[in-house]
Amino acid sequence: MSSQFSQMSLRADLVRIAQWVRPDSSVLDLGCGDGALLGHLKQTKGIRGVGVEISDARVLSCVQRGVHVIQQNLEDGLAMFDDQQFDTVVLSQTLQSMHRTEHILREMVRVAREAIVSFPNFGYWPHGWSILRGRMPVTGQMPYDWYDTPNIHLCTLKDFERLAAKFDFTILERATFNDEQEVKSLAGWRSTLAAYRFTAAQS
Amino acid sequence: MKTTPSAQDAPHALTAVAHGSVGVVHTQYMHFDEPLPLVSGQTLEAYDLAIETYGTLNAQASNAVLICHALNASHHVAGVAADNPDDIGWWDNMVGPGKPVDTDIFFVIGINNPGSCFGSTGPASIRPETGKPWGAAFPVLTVEDWVQAQARVADRLGVKTFAAVMGGSLGGMQALSWAMTLPERVAHSVVVASTPRLSAQNIAFNEVARRAIITDPEFHGGDYYAHGVVPRNGLSVARMVGHITYLSDDDMAEKFGRTQRAPAAGGAYHYGYGVEFEVESYLRYQGEKFSKYFDANTYLLITRALDYFDPARETEGDLARALKPATADFLLVSFTTDWRFAPARSREIVRALLQNGQPATYAEIDAPHGHDAFLLDDARYHGVMRAYFSRIAAGLTQLNREVQS
Repeated sequence: MSSQFSQMSLRADLVRIAQWVRPDSSVLDLGCGDGALLGHLKQTKGIRGVGVEISDARVLSCVQRGVHVIQQNLEDGLAMFDDQQFDTVVLSQTLQSMHRTEHILREMVRVAREAIVSFPNFGYWPHGWSILRGRMPVTGQMPYDWYDTPNIHLCTLKDFERLAAKFDFTILERATFNDEQEVKSLAGWRSTLAAYRFTAAQS
Repeated sequence: MKTTPSAQDAPHALTAVAHGSVGVVHTQYMHFDEPLPLVSGQTLEAYDLAIETYGTLNAQASNAVLICHALNASHHVAGVAADNPDDIGWWDNMVGPGKPVDTDIFFVIGINNPGSCFGSTGPASIRPETGKPWGAAFPVLTVEDWVQAQARVADRLGVKTFAAVMGGSLGGMQALSWAMTLPERVAHSVVVASTPRLSAQNIAFNEVARRAIITDPEFHGGDYYAHGVVPRNGLSVARMVGHITYLSDDDMAEKFGRTQRAPAAGGAYHYGYGVEFEVESYLRYQGEKFSKYFDANTYLLITRALDYFDPARETEGDLARALKPATADFLLVSFTTDWRFAPARSREIVRALLQNGQPATYAEIDAPHGHDAFLLDDARYHGVMRAYFSRIAAGLTQLNREVQS
């Protein structure tokens, strides 16, 4: 019952990310928030997980949930973690607000065999429409005004895929969403959110 | 040595007493005849330990929490001493009914370590062979020795496995040592404001403190008891040095700044060497107060125990390998302005645990009070402690149900 509940209350991208994680594996969740994903994975897949989180309130939520968490600023890097220490590393809806985008992506594939990121898709068509009308887009997935946004490195699906190619990452899977619904066609325009699973190794 | 001060004489330690106190508490004494073999190769033939307990041990004996004390604290962790209403336990804001370590749920044990001076056998105790105080002849004890002594108390109390062993600073080292040396007896290890080993700078401060004591003319090679004197000046200076390391630069700036104690006319300096600044007055007061209740030989012994603690020494400096035997779930807490045992030192422990894939949670509390912060009532710090112990309590309840069904 409780696992069904947590599945239902989990964001769509997190549900998909959870499906990508193997049972009984080890998972590092960067910017783990209140620990919802790790709590869910622990209950449903028996993973050994640890999160990284900077906010005092969210660290407290993790402890209340019984999720192991390390309080640290992600911008300080992942020096705390050894090479290939985890099976999977997750960075969900955080990439767009990080200063050192390239650094964190490289660090992710250093500390884990597989990496998963999710981020809002700037290529979502109403964004373009908004810009044509002379305004910065403000939508459900990116609900911030331009002067008050934590999102400093927004990208489109194609942008991310080009960066992944530059780093020789192998993208294993992609999932795209619009308002909690999975988007299968014309994802570059129609999705508000994307999740990728990738590795450093060429396959 | 009747009065036990709050550990660092923390200014806020008295605020949380009104509600949630365990109430009036009585010290119990346990005598041990079985010799305690020490890391140094020496043996403590027989000894007494002073302890306090709060709460009730449950039928499964699964709810015991051991609180380990730091340099100048004792077994008097919580509540009000029966013989002195002003003597409130040094971690009273943490331990009590409804407090983060809830004595309505947990059976909490405080033990005065051997070598200390609050009722347990130490350098000031009478040595049976001579009928005189041990003095300089008292063996040097280590953190590992304390863990063994504490384990014997647990045996007597019927505690096989602790729900948690916890401590701050030197107490955190004991919690860490428990998890490594008696892994099967520790379910959770709570290590606050601690370090896996002292740095050269830490040892240097300890050495200054020890030299102040040893070079005091009244020290008499450690046998000052026979002369009816105490190396009060040396002990006082030792405490002053230590105290500086407990506070942050910001904290001192805010508390004292450059405020003059009693300026001459027009705010002028006195151009002399008496107390000019408030901070000097404060440190002298702390030093003098301390020198009246603490034993100088104990100060030497405990600072040495701090210096010697280095579990990774056995594993060529590899802390992860040293921690490998541990099976506990770990909570580590550090404070951003603690420069005595800075957050980086706690992160070393976290990193080593992660290398082993051992379960660890780490909270880095942004608090202004330096090393002393571990004794203070900070909402974020206590929130994390409360949440962690609630999870431990939930685990006990579940275990209890499984046992019954």
